[in-house]
Amino acid sequence: MKLVVNGNEYVVDAPIGASLASILRERLGLTGTKIACNEGHCGACTVMVDGVPVLSCITLAHTVEGEITTIEGLREHRLVGAFVKADAVQCGFCTPGQVVSAAALVAANPDPTTEEIRHAMAGNICRCGTYPKIEEAILHWRD
Amino acid sequence: MARLIRTEKEVEGNFEEVWLVVEEDPLEQWPGGPGDVVGRPALRKDALERVRGEARFTADIQLPGMLHAAILRSPHAHARVKSIDFAAALALRGVRAAVGPGDAPGLEAEAGYAGAPVAAVAAETLGQAHAALEAIAIEWEKLEAVIDAEEAVERGLLHGEPERYERGDFDRAIAGADVVVEGTYRTQVVLHNSMETHQSVCEWIGERLDVYTSTQYVWGVRNEVARELGIAADMVRVVCEYMGGGFGSKNSAGEYTFAAAVLAQRTGHPVRCALTRREENVAAGNRNATIQRLTAAATRDGTIVALGGEFVNALGWGGWSASTEGPLKILYACDNVRTTRHTAKINTPPMKAFRAPGFVEGTFGLECLIDELAAKLDVDPLELRRKNYASSNDGTPFSSKNLAECYERAQKHWDRRHDVRARSDATWKRGVGMASQIWYGGGGPPSYAWTRVGSDGRITVVTAMQDIGTGTRTAMAQIAAEELGVSLDRVEVSLGDTARGPYATLSAGSSTTPSIGPAVRAAAADAKRQIIEIAAQRYDLEERVLEIRDGRIVSHDGNLSVALEEFLDMLGSAQILGKGARGPNPTGMSVLTFGVHVVEAAVDVETGEVRVERVAAIHDVGRIVNPLGAESQVEGGVIQGIGHTLSEVRLLDAETGRVLTTSLDAYRMPTIADVPEIVCEFIDKPDEHLTNLGSKGLGEPPIVPIAAAIANAIRDATGADVHELPISREEMLRALREADRRKSGAGLQSVAH
Repeated sequence: MKLVVNGNEYVVDAPIGASLASILRERLGLTGTKIACNEGHCGACTVMVDGVPVLSCITLAHTVEGEITTIEGLREHRLVGAFVKADAVQCGFCTPGQVVSAAALVAANPDPTTEEIRHAMAGNICRCGTYPKIEEAILHWRD
Repeated sequence: MARLIRTEKEVEGNFEEVWLVVEEDPLEQWPGGPGDVVGRPALRKDALERVRGEARFTADIQLPGMLHAAILRSPHAHARVKSIDFAAALALRGVRAAVGPGDAPGLEAEAGYAGAPVAAVAAETLGQAHAALEAIAIEWEKLEAVIDAEEAVERGLLHGEPERYERGDFDRAIAGADVVVEGTYRTQVVLHNSMETHQSVCEWIGERLDVYTSTQYVWGVRNEVARELGIAADMVRVVCEYMGGGFGSKNSAGEYTFAAAVLAQRTGHPVRCALTRREENVAAGNRNATIQRLTAAATRDGTIVALGGEFVNALGWGGWSASTEGPLKILYACDNVRTTRHTAKINTPPMKAFRAPGFVEGTFGLECLIDELAAKLDVDPLELRRKNYASSNDGTPFSSKNLAECYERAQKHWDRRHDVRARSDATWKRGVGMASQIWYGGGGPPSYAWTRVGSDGRITVVTAMQDIGTGTRTAMAQIAAEELGVSLDRVEVSLGDTARGPYATLSAGSSTTPSIGPAVRAAAADAKRQIIEIAAQRYDLEERVLEIRDGRIVSHDGNLSVALEEFLDMLGSAQILGKGARGPNPTGMSVLTFGVHVVEAAVDVETGEVRVERVAAIHDVGRIVNPLGAESQVEGGVIQGIGHTLSEVRLLDAETGRVLTTSLDAYRMPTIADVPEIVCEFIDKPDEHLTNLGSKGLGEPPIVPIAAAIANAIRDATGADVHELPISREEMLRALREADRRKSGAGLQSVAH
C-alpha cells in the first residue's frame, strides 16, 4: 500500500488489519506518534489526515487515503516553541498528540478562545496534568 | 578524609538507618531568594525533544531481531496452576519461547488476584504472542477468594500485625472534652495510569544484560534484576533516559522485566514486554482503598484534646501498608492520640506507592473531620487550624516549618467565601473549603554526581538518576550553573544509565531534588574549586580573591576578568572533573513539607454534580529551584487530585474480583475541560538545616489536601458532609439528603455519619 506522510510517499507492506499508528511507528520509524491506550480513548496517537485530527491507533492503515501529518511533520510549527515556552510538557508522552491536535485546531481557528481550546483538546489526556500550560501555549501560539 | 557515619533515610514515609561515607566539607547554603539561575523560572532542558516527539522512551526502543512478549494472567481471584502445557502455543507461527510459573521471577503458580502473572510467551510479533497465550493449556485449582476488606479484617486475613500507636491518655481526654465528633470516611482504589505503560526491553550482550525500562529507579531495577537472576549487579545495565510517567508505580522491576530478561536469554534475541492499557489498569499497581473511623475531641475554646483513628488499608494481595494515620498523628498539636491500622490481605491487585501514599487518604478523613469539629464548635475552620498548630513532631523539632505563613497567605483566598457563597442560586450552591497539607519530602543520602568541564567552558553534570517528567534534569542544571557562575545554556545533564554515572536515588517520595540536588551542587563546587586553583597559578593571584561570575573568572579588585572558555582553552582535550555526594539529613529533626489549599466549588443540588472552580495552593517546600517547573508540579498534582476526588474509581466485579474499569473511557481521568483556575504560591524559604541547598520535594505535596478541601467547600456550599471518595453524584445526593434530614430533625443531637 501507499501512504503519504509529511509530504513523503512511502510504499509499505502492511498486514491487513494493521493500525495506522503501528505502521507509522514500526514500519516508517516515526515514533513521535505514541500509543498509550491503543483503543482510541486518550489521544496520544493523534495524527492529521488532510488536516483533520485522527486517532491513528484505531484507524486501519489501509483505509487512509489522504495526506498524513505526524508530529515529525510539525517540528517547525510555532506551536512547538509555544509548548516549550509555556512549560506545556512534563513526561512528554502525550505531548506529540497534544501538539497535533492543537495544530489542527489553530489551522481551522487561528484565534481560539479558552472554551474552544477546551472543546478541541478534551480528547487528549495528560496524566501529569499539564493542561493549564497547554491552554496557555495554544492561546499564545503566535507570540 | 572519608568519614563513616550512621544516618536515617526516609522514602515515602518509611524510615531506615543507613551507613554513609561523608567526604566533602559542607557548603554554606546560598542566601534565600532568587540567585542568578536558581530560583528563577527556567524552561526545561529537554522540552524540545519531548514536544517534537524525538525523545526516545522505552516504548520507542526497537532493537534488531527484537521479539515481543505477552503475559498470561489469572482469570481467577485466587487459584493455583495445576498443570500448564505450552506445546500448542509453541507450535504456532512466530512463537519462539514460553515460560511458566517458577521460570522467571514474578511468574507464580499461586495467583492471588485476577490478573496475576502466570506465564509469558515471546513471538516475532505482538499479535502472535497474544494468539499464543490463547493456546496455552492451563488447568486451575480454584481457591477461596476474599474481596471485601472488612471481612478480611474480621477473619484475621492481614498483612502483618495491626499497627498501633498511642500517646497521652485518649480515653480520659475524650471523657473530659466538651465536643466530640466522629466520622467514618472511605477512600476508593485509584489507578496510576501513566501514559507510558509499564514496559522493558531486555537484551543480553555476552554475559551482560541491558535493560531498557520505564522506571523511577534505574539503580533499584539494576539491583533487583541482578539479585533475582543471580548475576553480579554491574553485569546489569539499566537505561531510562525519558519515561512516560510513574507516580509511584514504577519503583521496581516488575514481572514484565523478568519475563523479558528470561525470554531474551532463552531465545538469544532482545525481547520487549509491554503491558497493554488494559493490563495496566489491572496489574500495574494502585492506591489502595481505606476505611477510616475517626474521632476528634475538643474543649469549648477550640483546643483539640484527642484524636483517634481505626484504619483499614485494603491492600490487596501485595504491596506495603502506608501510614494512613500519619496526618492525624502529626498535623496538629494534640496530646492524646490513639490509632490502629489493619492491613487487609485480599484477593485484589497489589498496591503500589501512589503520590503521597497514605497521607492523601488520611488527610481526606482528618481534614473533613476537623471542619465538622469547627462547625460543631462554631469556630472558623482556619482559626481552628491556627489554634492547634503543632510546634514539634511529638517532641522532635521540625527542621523548618512555615505552615503559619501558608495560613496567612491563605487568608485572602479564604476571605472570598462570602462573595463566592453569594453567587449561589436555587440550583448551584457555591462555597469555599480548605485543608492543610503535611507530608515528607526531605530526601536523603546517598546520591552522587560528577561534573565535567571542557576546554570550551561547557559543563556536563553526570548522574545516573532519571527524570520522570518532573523537570529534575533542568533543576540539576540550574544548581550546577548557579554554583559555577555560568548561564543555564552552558550546562547539560547526562542521566538515566547505570553504566554511565554514579548512583542516584529513586524519583519517588518527593526526594529527587532534595536528594540529588545537593550532590550536584557539591560536584559543581568541586570543579569550581579546581578552576579557581589553576587560575590562581596561571595569573599568580591568591585563590581567595578569585571567583567565577557570569561565565568569567574575575578578581575582586576587577583587574582580572577572563571568559571561562578563553581561560580553559589552554586545556585542549584535558577536562576538569568534579565529584559530589549528598550529605546526611539533620540529626534529631523532623523534615516535612507543609501547605494549604483553598478550594471554591459549586454543587448542583438537583443532580449532585460537583464542579471545582478555583484552587489556591500554597506550599512550603523550602527553596524553590525552578518556579516555573514548580508551578507545573502543583497544577499537575491538583488536577490529578481533582480526578481522585470526583471521577476516578477502579471498580471490581464483586463476584469474580475482576477489574471492570480497564479502559480509559471506563476509568475517568480529568481532561483539559475539567481544570479550574489554579493559583500557586510558594513560601520559598530555604530549610536552613537541610543540606547545602535547603530544598525539599514538591512532587507529592499538591495532591495531599485537595480532596478534603473540595469536600469542605461542598460542606460550606450545601451543609452536606461527604464521607466517601470519589464524590460521585450518588454520594453527593446521599450527603444532601442526610443534611436535609439533619436540618428537619434539628434539636436532636447531631451525630456525624
